[in-house]
Amino acid sequence: MVDTDIPSGAAAGTPGGPVGRRSAPVKASKRAWATAASGRTAALLVSPTLLVLTVVVLYPTVMAFKESLYGTKGLDPKTGFISDTEPFVGLQNYADIFGEAGDRFWNAFWNTTFFTVVTVGLETLIGVSMALIMHKAFSGRALIRASILIPWAVPTAISGLLWRWIFNSDGIANALIGRQVLWTTEGFHAKVAVIIAEVWKTSPFIGLLVLAGLQVIPKEVYEAARLDGAGPLAQFWRITLPLVKPALLVAVLFRCLDALRMFDLPYLLIGAQKNSVETLSMLAQNEASNVRFGPAAAYAVLLFLYVFLIALGFVRLLGTDLVGDVGGPKAKRKNKLRRTAVSGGAEASA
Amino acid sequence: MNARTTRVLQCSAVLVAAGLVLTACGSSGGDSSSGQSKSPSFTGRGPITFAAAKDSSGVVQKVMDSWNAQHPKEKVTFVQLPADVNQQRQQMIQNAETKSDAYTVLWMDVVWTSEFAAHQWIDQLPADQFPLDKMLKPVVETGKYRGNLYAVPQSSDGGVLYYRTDLLKKAGISAAPTTWAEMKADCAKVKQLPEAKDLDCYAGQFQKYEGLTVNFAEAVNSAGGVITAASGKPDVDTPAAKKGLDFLVDSFKDGTIPKEAITYQEEEGRQAFQSGKLIFLRNWPYVYSLAEKSKVAGKFAVAPLPGLTGAGSSSLGGHNVALSSFAKNKATALDFMKFFTSEASAATFLKDASMAPPYGSLYDDAALVKQYPYLPVLKKSILGAVPRPRVVQYGDASSAIQQEAYAALNGDKSSAQALKDLQSELQKSAAQ
Repeated sequence: MVDTDIPSGAAAGTPGGPVGRRSAPVKASKRAWATAASGRTAALLVSPTLLVLTVVVLYPTVMAFKESLYGTKGLDPKTGFISDTEPFVGLQNYADIFGEAGDRFWNAFWNTTFFTVVTVGLETLIGVSMALIMHKAFSGRALIRASILIPWAVPTAISGLLWRWIFNSDGIANALIGRQVLWTTEGFHAKVAVIIAEVWKTSPFIGLLVLAGLQVIPKEVYEAARLDGAGPLAQFWRITLPLVKPALLVAVLFRCLDALRMFDLPYLLIGAQKNSVETLSMLAQNEASNVRFGPAAAYAVLLFLYVFLIALGFVRLLGTDLVGDVGGPKAKRKNKLRRTAVSGGAEASA
Repeated sequence: MNARTTRVLQCSAVLVAAGLVLTACGSSGGDSSSGQSKSPSFTGRGPITFAAAKDSSGVVQKVMDSWNAQHPKEKVTFVQLPADVNQQRQQMIQNAETKSDAYTVLWMDVVWTSEFAAHQWIDQLPADQFPLDKMLKPVVETGKYRGNLYAVPQSSDGGVLYYRTDLLKKAGISAAPTTWAEMKADCAKVKQLPEAKDLDCYAGQFQKYEGLTVNFAEAVNSAGGVITAASGKPDVDTPAAKKGLDFLVDSFKDGTIPKEAITYQEEEGRQAFQSGKLIFLRNWPYVYSLAEKSKVAGKFAVAPLPGLTGAGSSSLGGHNVALSSFAKNKATALDFMKFFTSEASAATFLKDASMAPPYGSLYDDAALVKQYPYLPVLKKSILGAVPRPRVVQYGDASSAIQQEAYAALNGDKSSAQALKDLQSELQKSAAQ
C-alpha cells in the first residue's frame, strides 16, 4: 500500500511537469541494473528500522489484541481470592459493545467523534486566519507570531488546569458572560468548555503548518493574478487555498489523529467518568484502572482501528488530490483519468 | 520494483514471525507463574523499600531515618509515588501485576484493602503481633478482608462539621446542631442577621469524584441506612438510605446547599468557608489550621457531623501499611511495619504532619489537644464512623455511587430511582 503510493506521491510532489517526466526514465534505468545482491543490501539496510517498528509498534499492537480476547479475572466466592488467570473469552469483549453494556462505549465513541469534528473544524478556520495574519509583513510581526504560538507551547495538562480555573463557578468565564454556568458539571456546557480549551490550544499548530505552506507560494503568482484583475477574495480562493491545500491537509490529518485520542484535557478540565465528555481513551484508561485489562484492550484496539481508518482515508484523499493537481497525463488509474478529464473539460467550458 | 517489494515483504515477514515469537515468550512468562502460598512466612532480612505518596512534610523520612539509625543492616529506602491517589494505586497495581519486588511495604488508602487482598497482591498479616486493641475499632476494620488482617492502620481521618461560632452566637444559638433539621433551623435564624443575609448554609464535596462517594455514604449512614450490609451484599435501596439521599437532594432544591456546591471538591469548599460565604461546612481536619490563618480565624469551631435524628456517621479516611506479596526480606518488613505503626510513630505523625492517629489515647493527650483543638471532636467522629463499602471492585462501586448520586443531586433522577439503579449496579459489580 505504501509502496504503491510512493511513486505517485513523489512524482506529484515535483510541481513542474517536465521534472516529473525526466525523473521517470532515471528510475526505470536504476531498476534495470538492480541485481539480487543490491536487493539483499537494501533489505539489510531497512531491517533495523523494521526491527524497531516490530518491537515498538507491532509487538504492543499484537499483545493488545491478544489481551482483548481475555475476560476479567473472576472472584472465588469461597476463598475470597481473585483467580490467577484470565479466562479466554474470544471476541466477547467486542460483542459486548452491541449489548446493554455498550452504551458507555457508544457514548464515548460519539463524544470522540463530536470533539474531533468540531474542534478540528474550528481549528482549521482559526488556524488559517492566524497563518494569514502571521504571513502579512507588518511591524511587530515577530511579536504576533510568538504570541500566537504560546498556547501550543503550554503543556496540555497545565492548560487543562488553567482552563479549570477559568471555568470555575467563580471564574473569569462566568464573570465575562455575566451569569453562573457550572461548566464542570455534566451537560452540553462541559463539551463547550472542552472545545474552547482545545481550540485555544491547538489552533496555533494548524496556523504554523499553514504558514509554512504559505511561505513557499511564489510572489509571481499573486502578481500575475493582480494583473488579471483578481481581488483579494478571488486571490484567496483561487490561489492561496489551492496552493496551501497539501500543507493544510497534512495539518488537519495530524490534528484529527490527535483529537481522536484526546484524553488529558477532558480528564483534567471536567473530570474522569463524566458521561458528557468521556472519550474512548478515557474509557479504556478507566477500564484498565479497574483491573479489567481485557475490555480495556478491546476499546484500545477499536480506537486504534478507528484512527487507522481515518488516517487511511486521509492518505487516500491526499494522494488523489496531489495526482489531480498534476493533471491528466500523470494519473495512473482510469477512473481518475476520466474524472480529471471531465473536470478539465468543465473548467475549459466555464 | 517487484523484486525489491518481494524482498522487503520477505524480510518483514521474518520480523513479524520474530514478533510473534516474542509475544509467545511474553505470554508464557506471564502464565507460568504459580499462585503464591496462602500462609505467608516472614523470612529474610536485609534492605527493604517503602512506597508511599510524595512526603511534603518530611515526616515520613524522619521516621524512616530513626529506623535506619537503629537497623544499619536492614535499611529502608523511600520510593516516592505521585501525589495523586489514583496514580499511587496504578503504580502499586503495575508493580504487583509484574510481580516486581521493587516495593516492599505499601502505604495504601483505606479503601484499597479488599481489592489488594483479593488479588493476593498483599500478604495476610499476623494480627496478634500488632497492638490492634489499642487502636480505634472502625479504623482497624479498614485493614481487614473477610475477617483477616491485611493492612495495619498508620493514620486515620474523619469528616467534621465546621461552623461559624460568631454568627451562631449572634443569632442566639449556643451549641452546634446535632441533626440536619437543627442545622437548617439554625441557618434560618442566622440568615435573619443583616450581615448574614447573603450567606449560604451548608456545603460538602459534591463534584463527581471520590468525595461524592464519601458524602453520599455519610448521608446514608447518618440516616441509619447502609450501602453494603455486614455480609458485604449491597443493600442501598431502603427507606433509610432514601432519607439520607433526600437530605442532600432537598438541600440542593431549597438552597440550603448552594447550587455551585455541585462543583466543590475539598478545596473549593474550604475556600468558600474561609472567605465567609458558608455557615456550615463538612470537611476533613486539615482545614482547621488553614482556616486559622484566614479571615474567619477565631470565628469558627468544629463539631461532629449532624445526622437525621442524632449525631451522624462519618466516612473514614486515612492510610494503612501493607506488605507486598512479591517482596523480599519480609521479616525485616514486618518489623518495620510494627515500628512504623507504633504509638510513638503515630504521635510523631500527628505532631509534625497533623495526621490523625489510629490510637485512641493520643486524642486525649493534653499537649496534643492544645496543638490541635479539634482532636476530641475528631475522636468522636472516627469512633462513630462507618468505613466506605469494603468490596473487591471498589473502583466500580465508587463510580456507580458517584453516577447515581450525581444524577439525583442534579435532579436528573428521583432519589428513589437513583437508589434502585444503584442497588442493581452494585449487585452487578459484586457478581463479577
